[in-house]
Amino acid sequence: MPSRFAIVVFPGTWSDVDWHHAITNVLGVDAEYVFHKQSTLAGFDAVILPGGFSYGDYLRPGAIAHLSPVMRSVIDFAAGGGPVIGSCNGFQVLCESGLLPGALMRNRSLQFRCHPQNLLVERAATPFTSLSSVGDILSIPVSHGDGNYYVDPEALALMESKGQIAFRYCDPSGAVTEDANPNGSLNNIAGITNEAGNVLGLMPHPERVVERELGGTDGLLVLHSMLESLHEHVG
Amino acid sequence: MRFSAQVFVTLKPTVNDPQGNAVLGGLHALGFESVETVRVGKYLTLTLDAIGESAAKEQVDSMCERLLANTVIESYEVEIESA
Repeated sequence: MPSRFAIVVFPGTWSDVDWHHAITNVLGVDAEYVFHKQSTLAGFDAVILPGGFSYGDYLRPGAIAHLSPVMRSVIDFAAGGGPVIGSCNGFQVLCESGLLPGALMRNRSLQFRCHPQNLLVERAATPFTSLSSVGDILSIPVSHGDGNYYVDPEALALMESKGQIAFRYCDPSGAVTEDANPNGSLNNIAGITNEAGNVLGLMPHPERVVERELGGTDGLLVLHSMLESLHEHVG
Repeated sequence: MRFSAQVFVTLKPTVNDPQGNAVLGGLHALGFESVETVRVGKYLTLTLDAIGESAAKEQVDSMCERLLANTVIESYEVEIESA
């Protein structure tokens, strides 16, 4: 059976159309928008929470969005082992919902950062990175004002030991340095998974680098990994 | 009974506050050299109906835990008055 991706749309989501283009036109796979008021994800094989400013980032980024009816279905979907990826605001929503640990605060520089960013792959054994190798360096842009990842030291140590760090900000040589950290995230954390590994949150935007014309194709690695893991799942 | 609640949400002391540091720099630039620390937070006021003050407090605490504050990074204080 062909795979179907759900692209969740909140009021203020802005990367939904980019994701739709990446999944349908570039990957050649079926994708549908799922409005935040919808309360079922039946028939979908993967869920995408795109970037943007859901509910105007009022109170905190992701704070209101995580109470939307669709998020109850996303939580159920994730509990059933289905792959869920949240990029940028989607990552913030995943943290607010409790699907991922920690929180994303205002960038340390107080600046909105929008530029190509090198990422070090820390974990290849996830449905989102299976086609990469640990140590690979990907160039995927960031575009956010609140990407400063924080979690308390005990939880951080636990996440590190369980291999929940998927990506770290690095320099072009792969070195994880302060200078390569665009937002002040603890341990240069750019992306994390839940313990089971089927929920990924990351600040960078893989959907923006899926064609040469867009300046790069490293985002395809994430998309192709997801697709392959779905095929393995079904097959 | 009708109550008004004042909710103060601030970053936990262990969490770095870049906004507070920027404001601190601004105050120093204005010549307020005596300022040692600044923390920026949120202030919310709400009115609500409850059977008594402690019930009102309990409700607002629960709101803070579930939405008004993100307890991973923030702490909160609640003050209740009859309105």
